[in-house]
Amino acid sequence: MMMRFFEDLAIGQGRDIGSFTFTAEAIKAFAAKFDPQRFHLDEEEGRKSLFGGLAASGWHVGSVCMKLLVAESQRQTREALARGEEVAIWGPSPGFRELRWIRPVLAGDTISFASEIAALRSSESRPAWGILEARNSGTNQRGEPVFSILSTAFVPRRTPA
Amino acid sequence: MTLTFEDLPPGRLGTFGPRRVTREEILAFAAEFDPQPMHLDEAAAQQTMLKGLAGSGWHLCSIMMRMMFDGFIGRTASLGSPGVNELRWLAPLRPGDELMLEADVVEARVSKSRPETGIVTFRCTARNAGGEALCVMVSPIIVKRRAAAAAQERP
Repeated sequence: MMMRFFEDLAIGQGRDIGSFTFTAEAIKAFAAKFDPQRFHLDEEEGRKSLFGGLAASGWHVGSVCMKLLVAESQRQTREALARGEEVAIWGPSPGFRELRWIRPVLAGDTISFASEIAALRSSESRPAWGILEARNSGTNQRGEPVFSILSTAFVPRRTPA
Repeated sequence: MTLTFEDLPPGRLGTFGPRRVTREEILAFAAEFDPQPMHLDEAAAQQTMLKGLAGSGWHLCSIMMRMMFDGFIGRTASLGSPGVNELRWLAPLRPGDELMLEADVVEARVSKSRPETGIVTFRCTARNAGGEALCVMVSPIIVKRRAAAAAQERP
């Protein structure tokens, strides 16, 4: 991820990161590779399940959120470079917590994702980096929350702490 | 035999694998879902904290899901999962890695709202051939209890 430096971030800053329509074809293709539970592969099995229809694997939903986050950060990077600004190259993520698959994502659903900064702290072991926690969330076309995750990332500082 | 709540008491459930991860699939997943240089480009990846081409963390999660499916979820009366309590990426996934998955049940309790089901919380650890832990996740799965599963299978 390439975006702002740690010093430029504040808790509560948020942004929309785009939307994605989960087609039956894409749901089945992901499930066949990674999560071939019957309710992710077959419409009738999905209808009979707790989900009530062909449902995307939760890992598919999380991977699409990542896809949109990367695309948004690459857009922001291009714009910042065009303005002649210095761009921060973020480090890898050490993990996440509180991932919630709140409602099923069914074939044909369009999920809009957003990201908001939830916490910022120093890295004790890496003075050149800060640690960010972002609440990333997904909402379907009816405005119902479907996905939420508290993700962690290393963000470089302009000036080491 | 289908595994039900009663078959999943706390403790080691099993170790599953190996699953070899190729460079081609790392690049294909990254191109579709996580096109960052550290997942796509060997030279660029050398310059990052990961110090070499590494698979997307979401790719590793998805492979772990498949290993769980092949190991036990595919024969479990699973109704799905509400989420993941905690997940840590501890070391990079490298092309050619042969993964093993350790699955432990850390908690098993009957659901208060749906007593015909139980909530089984797993801790799954993916290790490379050297035994290094790459990822640990703690996640609950909703599983039918034996009586409910048997009642449904009766003609």
